[in-house]
Amino acid sequence: MFETLSDKLQKVFKNLRGESRLSELHIEEALKEIRIALLEADVNFKVVKQFTDTVKAKALGQEVFESLSPGQQVVKIVRDELVEMLGGSNVKINFTSQPPTVLMLVGLQGSGKTTSSGKLSKWMQKNGHRPMLVSVDVYRPAAREQLRVIAKEIGVKIYEGGPDDKPLRLCQDALREARNTGHDVLIIDTAGRLHIDESLMQELREIKDTVKPHEILFVADAMLGQDAVKSAQQFHGQLGFNGFILTKMDGDARGGAALSIKHVTGQPVKFVGTGEKYDALELFHPDRLVSRIIGMGDILSLIEKAEEAIDQKAAMDSLEKIRTDGFTLEDFRDQLRQVRKLGSLESILSLLPSIGPFKDLQKAKVDEKEITRIEAIINSMTPKERRNDKIINGSRRKRIARGSGTSVQEVNQLLKQYAQTRQMMKNMKNTMFGGRKLPKGMKLPQMPF
Amino acid sequence: MEFITLFGPPKKKEPTVFEKIKEAVGKTKENFTEQLEELLQGRKEIDAGMLAEIEAIMIGADIGVNTTTEILASIRAQVSRQTLSDPTQLKNAIKEELRRILKVNYAPPRQVEEGNPFVLVMVGVNGVGKTTTIGKLANRFRKDGKSVMLCAADTFRAAATEQLEIWATRSDVPIVKQKAGADPSAVLFDALQSAKARKIDYVIVDTAGRLHTKNNLMAELEKMTRIAKREVPGAPHEVLLVMDATTGQNGLTQAKEFTKTAGVTGLVLTKLDGTAKGGVVTAIARDLKIPIRFVGVGEKMDDLIEFSADDFVDSLFAA
Ligand SMILES: Nc1nc2c(ncn2[C@@H]2O[C@H](COP(=O)(O)OP(=O)(O)O)[C@@H](O)[C@H]2O)c(=O)[nH]1
Ligand SMILES: Nc1nc2c(ncn2[C@@H]2O[C@H](COP(=O)(O)OP(=O)(O)O)[C@@H](O)[C@H]2O)c(=O)[nH]1
Ligand SMILES: [Mg+2]
Ligand SMILES: [Mg+2]
Repeated sequence: MFETLSDKLQKVFKNLRGESRLSELHIEEALKEIRIALLEADVNFKVVKQFTDTVKAKALGQEVFESLSPGQQVVKIVRDELVEMLGGSNVKINFTSQPPTVLMLVGLQGSGKTTSSGKLSKWMQKNGHRPMLVSVDVYRPAAREQLRVIAKEIGVKIYEGGPDDKPLRLCQDALREARNTGHDVLIIDTAGRLHIDESLMQELREIKDTVKPHEILFVADAMLGQDAVKSAQQFHGQLGFNGFILTKMDGDARGGAALSIKHVTGQPVKFVGTGEKYDALELFHPDRLVSRIIGMGDILSLIEKAEEAIDQKAAMDSLEKIRTDGFTLEDFRDQLRQVRKLGSLESILSLLPSIGPFKDLQKAKVDEKEITRIEAIINSMTPKERRNDKIINGSRRKRIARGSGTSVQEVNQLLKQYAQTRQMMKNMKNTMFGGRKLPKGMKLPQMPF
Repeated sequence: MEFITLFGPPKKKEPTVFEKIKEAVGKTKENFTEQLEELLQGRKEIDAGMLAEIEAIMIGADIGVNTTTEILASIRAQVSRQTLSDPTQLKNAIKEELRRILKVNYAPPRQVEEGNPFVLVMVGVNGVGKTTTIGKLANRFRKDGKSVMLCAADTFRAAATEQLEIWATRSDVPIVKQKAGADPSAVLFDALQSAKARKIDYVIVDTAGRLHTKNNLMAELEKMTRIAKREVPGAPHEVLLVMDATTGQNGLTQAKEFTKTAGVTGLVLTKLDGTAKGGVVTAIARDLKIPIRFVGVGEKMDDLIEFSADDFVDSLFAA
């Protein structure tokens, strides 16, 4: 993996120990690294320039803290400054007191508007709203069909309209329909368009003027490069959006474009798309994106995700079990199921920092099929076997392999993994937490990988 | 069977990328100018400031820090050796470096065995323009008098098959599909059988968009190429990675990963009708020696042109 910015800065400052102030020379050197890191993360070069100027002003003459190395100190300035840049108020959706609240999603082609419309409607529904969807993409082949399929899959109402209806008409009719049928949110999915396409931009302005959406969201791909500023600026200039959704963050793009967009439009990221499934939508946390941009991993996201998905009670139960050394194959299977609930294992691993104790974990390619196989094997055991692995002898192993459609070697391997995990957990209990309460959500080191 | 020249010289004069972009940019009030020209106007000597401005243009075009730094280092060396001193030569020197990188020699597509179709697989991350490009290519091959069959192996995205069907209708070519959620390899298998039976010249395979970080989805792609090879000797004859011109530095990682699992043989750079320059393909050509074959310049059937390094380099410096 690449050297992280923090690593590089540590190097720049390694000779500085003992000095009491950050010197200009060192800062210049550090800024060079910061600049490269940000450019490689796709932050626009003009934004980078302004940013490094600010950092320089802040860093110059700062006293060197006792507790931080100079490198860490500059990382901290960079980090705080980036968080400040990305943060901001008004990140909530503006709901109107006179429903329906109208949301309109706009953006370039293929950025993820239709998928995000579906995700948002699901999110709204989960939060007690009655959303309705409408697609006004009359251009892209089968675009309206796409939203129809999504709506059906999610179980959200969609206003279909006539096959030859024009976008503006569709919006107006959908709004009336939403009002008449007691839907308190209307989400308008628009066609992708280039910011320089005058006539299509005009179309959006007309919809805006007529329907007066309470919220216009710009949908931006996390893989966007330098051009993000141009498209965002133009969309914002012509429509005045209230925020943006950063999609495809489940990949490994650094997402520096978000910084550019926020910087040039002043509008905040409101949601982050993290997958193709309709529940892969998350609220935005500036600090996490910053860690990702400067390469410090996203441990916070990971922990929170774990907190959400892992049934706390189950977690405590299993902690009890570790204490009493009663961690059975059944518990092992439950854990795998918990891990599954977290979403794709890869997406979790990709959130981990590429440094420190997680270095190798990230490289370890975890096959989701492997989990399925392990589950199948455990399912083929008798309850007695699951509670006491010592009784699983050769003939039992053969039976289990047959029952789960695996081989005896695979069964052996699983039993070995289980034994190792149990041992690891025992050790961890003794060393890491020393009898203290397990921190919230911290259950991942128990994964059998 | 004749040798199918997929990338032979175009039959009729096509508009160049430069012209197409000019047309697209012409939609705005901005003037279409050469940033370099403007920059160098009236200057007598090559100085540090000038190089810094050029660096900004290159970085701004998503060429990336590494490639840009390398090119500028070579330019600086020429300046200090005094083999380069005239600002008017500077422009050519830089463009020449870029052209050198972008002109990747590539082996023409393999010859296809008698009675077998030429199999072309489209791959790439989500939303880049795979399906649209297939529509455009089908039209192109049809115009050349070839028979084409589309294979709807994106069984995942909502209404992906319906989208491809519309493109099939537009060029009047057959399509092989199954129901949503079907195994993509099974659809591919069907298509190849059918194409062989019907003596089809080209099978173009649409695949679901996938992020290169998803191991299981990448494995699925690998499996598809295996199936293709098993059913048609030498297939897939062409694996085109579709990349959106707005893509930043992540494009390089995409190219690496897709090449590793799917054996990418060429690139298609889409959405060049916008303001994004697509400069990351320079880094891809430089590091991975993958040739760029086509450029997408719009959403219509005819908005696909063959890549030309010369035009592309010009467009990198156009404002
Ligand atoms: N991996 C991933 N794919 C996404 C995400 N959001 C959208 N997509 C995919 O991106 C592609 C384009 O999405 P779509 O909603 O059709 O984009 P639109 O053209 O802007 O409406 C589809 O393949 C989607 O499945 C995301 O957050 N993560
Ligand atoms: N402006 C422009 N839009 C394009 C181009 N190629 C594809 N698109 C649009 O990009 C979006 C995604 O294209 P699609 O073919 O569905 O992408 P796929 O998910 O990779 O199959 C659609 O709205 C297309 O119309 C292009 O060259 N220029
Ligand atoms: Mg759409
Ligand atoms: Mg597609």
